[in-house]
Amino acid sequence: MIVIQLFLEFALLSLVAFGGATALLPEMHRVVVDNHHWLDDTTFTHLYAIAQAAPGPNVLVVTLVGWEVAGLAGALSATLAMCLPMSVLIYLLIDRWESFSGRRWQKAISLGVAPLAVGLVFSGATLIAQAAGFGWPAYALVAATVAANLRLKKVHPLWFIGVGAALGVLGLV
Amino acid sequence: METLLAVSETSQRPDLRALFLGFSSVGLSGFGGVLPFARRMLVDERRWMSAEEFNAQLGLCQFLPGPNVVNLAVVVGKRYRGLAGAIVAPLGLLAGPLVVVLLLALLYDRYGSLPAAQAMLRGVAAVGVGLLFAMAWRMAVAIRDKWLFLPFSALTAAAIAGLRWPMPSVMVAGLALAGGLAYWRLGRK
Repeated sequence: MIVIQLFLEFALLSLVAFGGATALLPEMHRVVVDNHHWLDDTTFTHLYAIAQAAPGPNVLVVTLVGWEVAGLAGALSATLAMCLPMSVLIYLLIDRWESFSGRRWQKAISLGVAPLAVGLVFSGATLIAQAAGFGWPAYALVAATVAANLRLKKVHPLWFIGVGAALGVLGLV
Repeated sequence: METLLAVSETSQRPDLRALFLGFSSVGLSGFGGVLPFARRMLVDERRWMSAEEFNAQLGLCQFLPGPNVVNLAVVVGKRYRGLAGAIVAPLGLLAGPLVVVLLLALLYDRYGSLPAAQAMLRGVAAVGVGLLFAMAWRMAVAIRDKWLFLPFSALTAAAIAGLRWPMPSVMVAGLALAGGLAYWRLGRK
């Protein structure tokens, strides 16, 4: 049963998704493309692109992956698997957490997680670029986006995505 | 009772309908991350919580794994309407965007193999990769004691993107090392 397998894999992933769904991209790629061959590299990249262009929380890339693997049941079970375990835990933990605030071990964990999350997001970007098989025009667009996004803080990222789509349709990427 | 009293200072308690609609507006307004919109809705527009409360709750939601905004919706929902709220708030957050994304998936299945669609998605993916690198850069800049902690970013990237090691074991090992180092640093100050 692929839907159950999908649910179990993504529920496991959700427990290590420090930094949210974005940080999870490399591991999702490993599980879905490399291990199970549910999707190929190109489809995975496309799904990431669609999720970027759609409104809503980043976690919805998981919904798209689930959809392509096993249709509507796959989409719903993947989304639920990604959200449910931590939601239940946080529901049970939230009251206790407030009594722990300021403890040394708590600060240590949040300080320790931050650099790992940086590495994960960086890996996600690298892996998508590899999976998409970018040539130099695409890498030039990547570099331009990085510069523009860091410089022009007031410009909404959706504009960059629109420019990317337009350049793509024109056959320039 | 204590939480109820603390809450009443900032505003009246939202009911289930308000929770659902409030989080729906958050989910549908954000592109590439909705956290800033969650803040605007909760703190500025509806005044369900103060800025300090929001930061404190967000701390927990970012510290734990999982989708941060979904975690935040659970916390806010529970706070105002208990279990029902904790279910309704994340549902509101996800329902609208889920429908949109599934419609896009239908379009992709039908037209995704067209050369023009492929070319467009390629452009969007390149921009998406750029946005990810920029995000990693900003997260790295925000880290304190960079000389001490940024090597862990490099190690994580080498293990995940280079060696393709499984993330659960990398994260457990990384958290033990980086967290241990942070614990030691905190003790010395």
